[in-house]
Amino acid sequence: MTEISPAEWTAILLSLRVAIIATLVATPFGIALAWLLARRDFWGKSLLDALVHLPLVLPPVVTGYLLLLTFGRRGLVGGFLADHLGIVFSFRWTGAALACGVMSFPLLVRPMRLSIEAIDRRLEQAAETLGAAPWKVFLTVTLPLALPGVLAGMVLGFAKAIGEFGATITFVSNIPGETQTISSAIYSLIQTPDGDAAAGRLVIVSIVLALGALIAAEWFARRATQRLHGN
Amino acid sequence: MLRVDIEKQLGDFSLHASFSSEGRVIGLFGASGAGKTSLVNMIAGLLRPDRGTIVIDGETVDDTAAGIHVPTYRRRIGYVFQDARLFPHLSVAQNLDYGRRMNGLAFDPAQHKRIIDLLDIGALQDRRPGKLSGGERQRVALGRALLSKPRLLLLDEPLGALDEGRKLEILPYLVRLRDEANVPMVYVSHDVAELRQLATQIVMLKQGRVTSLGGVKVLA
Repeated sequence: MTEISPAEWTAILLSLRVAIIATLVATPFGIALAWLLARRDFWGKSLLDALVHLPLVLPPVVTGYLLLLTFGRRGLVGGFLADHLGIVFSFRWTGAALACGVMSFPLLVRPMRLSIEAIDRRLEQAAETLGAAPWKVFLTVTLPLALPGVLAGMVLGFAKAIGEFGATITFVSNIPGETQTISSAIYSLIQTPDGDAAAGRLVIVSIVLALGALIAAEWFARRATQRLHGN
Repeated sequence: MLRVDIEKQLGDFSLHASFSSEGRVIGLFGASGAGKTSLVNMIAGLLRPDRGTIVIDGETVDDTAAGIHVPTYRRRIGYVFQDARLFPHLSVAQNLDYGRRMNGLAFDPAQHKRIIDLLDIGALQDRRPGKLSGGERQRVALGRALLSKPRLLLLDEPLGALDEGRKLEILPYLVRLRDEANVPMVYVSHDVAELRQLATQIVMLKQGRVTSLGGVKVLA
């Protein structure tokens, strides 16, 4: 009754793999975008900001469908990637990672942006007067001071990615062992007679993972404050 | 050593300053709002003049007519701010070493020891900036700027954030610095007594214009 079955393990491990890859790939883009939004003024900035937040407010099924149109086999980008680089997203776990990465991106970027905005720009100026070129200023001052926020964003993005459902199932369907994550597995189980116990176990796993991630994010945020005060 | 001839419009305020100096310590004197910090920021390259030229040690770092603007990090200046601006995530030792690392300079043990001793900051090396007093912070900031081997040291009211007691604690270090460190300085202050002790030449600034230029006598 309380034993997790091999099929459930498959879904849990797949979810972890999908969420970890999605988070790791999204992080450099997230940092770059957070820096851009926090530190630069340019034409179309509010539009870019809105675009980043779009997956948060759009129906997930719409995001999933748009991903299918764009990154599917016959999609504009998907067709090119499949023909020239051999990268296929549709109905693969990589597609699930892409969907999760897009859906969790707003949550991943936000703490990063806030932590960069909170850094005293005068410290960056001081670094420049000491001979640091802009990219060195970024690596030696901005990034280390923003690190707790970067980690918090990663944790939050990971938590969101591991629970993503709508866009994933729309884009890559619900194939056990390939694209069936915890969420899709729960969805299948509650439609199956006698699936309640298994669904219940996966629900508990979800809650534990999400709660753990939120506590971790909170802890990183507290570290950030301490770091900025130089203790 | 330093030649400045610039114009800059900052909102309603217009800064139009011209002076040149060979002095060891140029005292930039004026009330708050006279444009002292803007002027120093322009020498540092943090602010770009609308028109004019700035020459440091024979090198033209700004010349708007010729389209020259050397970025701050290539000016080889040191800047001590009123609010030390030590890096909070680095220890005192790492803060002191920052300029050397960024400029790719070889470690110079003799110079290192001389500056640490001069400023009396040897005992603070392992501490974090958050655990330093205001006076200690300012001494470390001075050391950090000097150890990057600048050809010109800019000090913008370095004692401004300290109370009287702390000021008297730091002032002797600045006098020693002037006499021993062999780096020309631009010292910004609105305090006559401070400048009398330190400056070898005065540039008096009033509402964005240089009103007098000369020895410390002009402060009278």
